[in-house]
Amino acid sequence: MPELGEYAVYVLTSYAATLVLLAAIVGLSVRRSRRVKRTLQEIERG
Amino acid sequence: MSIWEYSNPKKFMDWTAPVVPWTFGLAALACGAGLVWGFFLTPEADKFGSTVKIIYLHVPAALMAINAWFMMLVASLIWVIRRHHVSALAARAAAPVGMVMTVIALVTGAIWGMPTWGTYWVWDPRLTSFMILFLFYLGYIALWEAIEDPDTAADLTSVLCVVGSVFAILSRYAVRFWNQGLHQGTSVPVATGGRTVSDVYFVPLVLCMVGFGLLFLALVLLRTRTEIRARRIRALTARAHRA
Repeated sequence: MPELGEYAVYVLTSYAATLVLLAAIVGLSVRRSRRVKRTLQEIERG
Repeated sequence: MSIWEYSNPKKFMDWTAPVVPWTFGLAALACGAGLVWGFFLTPEADKFGSTVKIIYLHVPAALMAINAWFMMLVASLIWVIRRHHVSALAARAAAPVGMVMTVIALVTGAIWGMPTWGTYWVWDPRLTSFMILFLFYLGYIALWEAIEDPDTAADLTSVLCVVGSVFAILSRYAVRFWNQGLHQGTSVPVATGGRTVSDVYFVPLVLCMVGFGLLFLALVLLRTRTEIRARRIRALTARAHRA
């Protein structure tokens, strides 16, 4: 872990917020993609 | 073969299927390398201390927030001029990704502002235009959701996209236009080449910018594929109701 000094809370909060937001958009996109794909397959199979 | 044939929904699904996982993989590699390098292996800056490490999040996110809107503008204009459904769906797919990039830029900018400017927020031209860009993203997404007919939604959101482009341009050039406020000028001006970031920070920053760009591309391709499938579901369901 690098020495962040008095600004540690600002740096770590920035990284945490960014990683959470990126994980959220990737996770939601992948989940919806799978759900829609499965629904289409079910409809096409009849 | 014309380039427009790639925007045929069937062809688009075919060529993007193998591209999406590779793009995600390359994005993870570039983002991982850039962020690890930037966070663990770069020194503190004289002016910013350790907060300089926020640059690896803030600059790539801000870059993609603006470029995502321009990508949506191009896709919207293609829809308006050539009526390619995939381009309208690609614009729709890009909006939430662009909005998340805008939120990251605003949040990391606010957090960075406190130790450097002594405040989380000021009504500075660049910050204000970025906030308005975020509101345009919200409005764009809401408009798509509010209109039932997809062609009408694509038409109206295209108009909104053209109007919002003013704020995307202002977000990029606000510092140059008004020459006031707290926010500094562009750190890596591509046109002039006169970057203000020293070499030790520049390489991981470029890696992060490439990584965020690839992540945006991967997400837009994935989400466009989802929108194409959702459109097919609506068509099949409507056909079943008519029968």
